[in-house]
Amino acid sequence: MSTETDTLRRTALFDRHAGAGAKLVPFAGWEMPVQYEGVRQEHLAVRQGAGVFDVSHMGEIETTGPDAEAFLQHLLSNDVSRLAEGGAQYSVLCREDGGVIDDLFTYRLRPGEDGAPRFLTVTNASNHETDYAWFSDHADGFDVTVADVADRYAMLAVQGPEAREIVARHARGDLPGRMRTATVGVAGSQALACGTGYTGEDGVELLMPPSAAPAIWDALVEEGVVPAGLAARDTLRTEVCFHLYGNDLTLDHNPIEAGLGWAVKLHTGFIGSDALQSADTGRKLVCFGFTGPGIPRQGNGIFTDAGEGVVTSGTMSPSLGYGIGMGYVPEEAAEPGTQVKVDVRGRARAAEVRAKPLYSKS
Amino acid sequence: MAESYPEDLKYHAEHDWARIEGEEAVFGITWYAQDALGEVVFYDPPEVGAAVTKDQPYTEVESVKAVSDVFAPLSGEVIEVNEALSDAPEAVNSDPYGDGWLVKVKLSEPSEVESLLDVDAYKKLLES
Repeated sequence: MSTETDTLRRTALFDRHAGAGAKLVPFAGWEMPVQYEGVRQEHLAVRQGAGVFDVSHMGEIETTGPDAEAFLQHLLSNDVSRLAEGGAQYSVLCREDGGVIDDLFTYRLRPGEDGAPRFLTVTNASNHETDYAWFSDHADGFDVTVADVADRYAMLAVQGPEAREIVARHARGDLPGRMRTATVGVAGSQALACGTGYTGEDGVELLMPPSAAPAIWDALVEEGVVPAGLAARDTLRTEVCFHLYGNDLTLDHNPIEAGLGWAVKLHTGFIGSDALQSADTGRKLVCFGFTGPGIPRQGNGIFTDAGEGVVTSGTMSPSLGYGIGMGYVPEEAAEPGTQVKVDVRGRARAAEVRAKPLYSKS
Repeated sequence: MAESYPEDLKYHAEHDWARIEGEEAVFGITWYAQDALGEVVFYDPPEVGAAVTKDQPYTEVESVKAVSDVFAPLSGEVIEVNEALSDAPEAVNSDPYGDGWLVKVKLSEPSEVESLLDVDAYKKLLES
């Protein structure tokens, strides 16, 4: 087992995690903190105060050049022409058949010194190399430079109702609004701040040189921001029904059935848009809550009056106190309020299809 | 709580304990098991009257991220389950040998007790 961990990559904050007593696990080739004090506490800290996640394992691809917009419009499902400078946009990367290669955030940065457009796309760690190869392989005919810049950035997600205020205390320059980006000084270093996140809470994500990450981390933790691990990140995103690639999004699912039609602009002609014009799989991704005991897990069967489905994400919700999940079901059974059963290791557990998000501040 | 293994208990290599009370025994999971599992968020007890068989799983405890089978250290019939855990499953973490007990069993083969580990043997197992 030790030889396995020897090959894992470590973020610039590894020493901070180890020092804080984090449980470190292999994740997408990285040695990442899955939890510190405990999932529940970290989860509730983000819901009620502020938490910080080291998400430096995520990758970045920079696309620059006169054709950068046209190139990204060709690859990404959303309408990149509507992404203004300083803006952030969510999209998926599709194969020709509409299967999802990855889901991504793209930021339009200030143009380079030559005046050419410049974009930064954040990838999932497990897909970064595939995404970069896909970008590179499709660059022919476009006047663009595609660069793998993952090594240039560490990334922190500071999330929670108090997150913005605490980061602002250490920032020189205004923090960006939701779905906006800005370059700001944080704890003595330049960072790209983005008004995005994966928890359903307000907050910012900060991209900075890896060497600057420890000082920023320390400044936040000294202010009482709670270090939070991947386990809490997963329970938080499941409560607000955000997709996790590999669970709720895969090559075998298209973005329409995944409920991502809002980020899919077929008129832009992106790769996969032809297939998606006529894609009707008859199934739909729904979120659900258990109405009795049990915890759903990925792979559990879902039984509905309209046929079978499968759980793609499942957990115990720390905020709600019962089992919740997401899964694909026949579209006739996708209406909120539909009663279904989930087969949890041989026991049929009662569940109800719910409207998204499962959790919201009342 | 800090790591501990009471001397009055018998242990099973799957990290379960049994407190023998004559022809009956109380079962639970050890400090090591609850620590490896993380925060227990759900416990689905077997039914009273269910038969349990030594070395076989008889119930499951779930943490936020994982499900773990719990193995019976001895054979018998469930005569009582810890209902309090349905509201407070975290007692398995905070008090694994007390409020975190799982079931009480009427032993069908009391002689099986001899095959269990004493505290020193169990600690040795953990160190290996």
